[in-house]
Amino acid sequence: MTAGGKEGKMENLKALSYDLRKNVVDMIMEGKGGHIGGDMSVMDILVELYFEQMNISPEQMEDPDRDRFVMSKGHSVEALYAVLAAKGFFPIEQVIREFSKFGSKFIGHPNNKLPGIEMNSGSLGHGLPVCVGMALAGKMDKKAYRVYTVMGDGELAEGSVWEGVMAAHQYKLDNLCAVVDRNRLQISGNTEDVMSHDSQEERWSSFGWHVISIDGNNYQELKAAFEEAKTVKGSPTVIIANTVKGFGSPLMENKANWHHKVPNAEEYTQIMKDLETGKEAALHE
Amino acid sequence: MNKIPNRQAICEVLMERAKEDKDIVVLCSDSRGSASMTPFAERFPEQFVEVGIAEQNLVSISAGLAKCKKKPFAASPACFLSTRSYEQAKVDCAYSNTNVTLIGISGGISYGALGMSHHSAQDIAAMSAIPNMRVYLPSDRFQTAKLIEALLQDEKPSYIRVGRNAVEDIYTEDNCPFEMDRATVVCEGNDAAIIACGEMVKPAVDAAKLLEKEGISVSVVDMYCVKPLDKKTIIQAAEHAKLVVTAEEHAPFGGLGSMVSQVVAQECPKKVVNLALPDAPVITGNSREVFDHYGLNAEGIAKTIKENL
Repeated sequence: MTAGGKEGKMENLKALSYDLRKNVVDMIMEGKGGHIGGDMSVMDILVELYFEQMNISPEQMEDPDRDRFVMSKGHSVEALYAVLAAKGFFPIEQVIREFSKFGSKFIGHPNNKLPGIEMNSGSLGHGLPVCVGMALAGKMDKKAYRVYTVMGDGELAEGSVWEGVMAAHQYKLDNLCAVVDRNRLQISGNTEDVMSHDSQEERWSSFGWHVISIDGNNYQELKAAFEEAKTVKGSPTVIIANTVKGFGSPLMENKANWHHKVPNAEEYTQIMKDLETGKEAALHE
Repeated sequence: MNKIPNRQAICEVLMERAKEDKDIVVLCSDSRGSASMTPFAERFPEQFVEVGIAEQNLVSISAGLAKCKKKPFAASPACFLSTRSYEQAKVDCAYSNTNVTLIGISGGISYGALGMSHHSAQDIAAMSAIPNMRVYLPSDRFQTAKLIEALLQDEKPSYIRVGRNAVEDIYTEDNCPFEMDRATVVCEGNDAAIIACGEMVKPAVDAAKLLEKEGISVSVVDMYCVKPLDKKTIIQAAEHAKLVVTAEEHAPFGGLGSMVSQVVAQECPKKVVNLALPDAPVITGNSREVFDHYGLNAEGIAKTIKENL
């Protein structure tokens, strides 16, 4: 059975996500670098968005009615590459072979010289304000497209995020949906030790946003949250996606040192085995 | 004496074009009054975006609009726009190649006695150092209008700096030679060449007139296009002169003087003297007083030429 086919969609997406995580691991091994922990936590959010929610495909990138996506947590670009490759934007073999190599187009943060990528990112706190502009343009032109961004939880310490949060509320951008990949770890350790982010729900709510809090590695909850966001009128929506950093392999899960660690040969074998086990389980759920 | 500041000239062009072009969007950060954009906001409320005092947001929102085929003009005090939102200019505009025009108003030391927090004496250096960011300092209202018309024709990011006060006309409505990214030679001469930008062009022209009376022949180049720098015109001016003097309302590093010196040293070595603001908070005063104090006026430029010829 092939993951990601049209039949048995939900389960196949889950299985697909394990294959894409394997692609990520291969990229990072080849490129000798990357942000593996956040790639693993954010993968299900991206798969749900690209395969279920957004009308984005290689054929639609010039369509003014396409949905817009900005990967604000640009350091998880490996996960984005894997998803874009699975959508047909470029061959995954090319990404794995060239990632971070001399002269490569596949660099360590999103770059819009590549097909499928709207905006360059990498510096945190830019994605949401940029999406405010995209959503405003949609309102001005009376377009039905929706605008999505995915941020990291550590990223929320950037003040510019909150400038965008205020503006999105001010302009009643109900065509804008932000997702926070709440994996609770950042490069220096637990987010709560670095700069407290608890009470995210209250924080966003107090800024006038519609807030949905979910298990961000659960496809049923992801799907329900994105569908709910589409029904909200007059307010932007934030999905606090509670995820597991390093999701898919107990070796990495919830360990801060896997923020950007490159696996050694032994770890590689174990991670790939764990991901295959996860995929098999998903296929037989 | 002209009473129309360059910022108002920008608003007038945008208002005229916005009648037909609904993709023109003006954004301000609680700065519509000082940007002379209030008439635009009142006439085209659907094409005006207020972001509040949030310059980073101003630039990122502009980039997002541009990515969706809008033509955003973000007007905010140059001091904040060029440094507070520098990273947004770098990543969201230049690196992402979005059609955003950043308009730094009240540039240089326009805000006078408000102090160094409100001065933008580093914006040429900062913005020019960003790949794919263009930098323009138009000299008078007629050239400013032509520049905005030209920028409406392309889809690349740019930074424009204009001053707060009305400046004397250099050109006229009917006689304002303008070619995009080519400097304007205001007058020809063989003894020295003055290369100036923004508000320094007028005193440069006046300096040439003063020196003419003394038998010294000076050319004046209006280098409104600081980046991409018009090297060809610099070389031509330098080749015909014994001395090159640059004049700019900017810190002494990384601005027009540095760029011209680089070109002249490499292509046609001649003595170059840079007139600029000091590497220090400037003395308290209005623009005129400050310029006079540092010799950034016709007399000061003329004196510098005579001393160095």
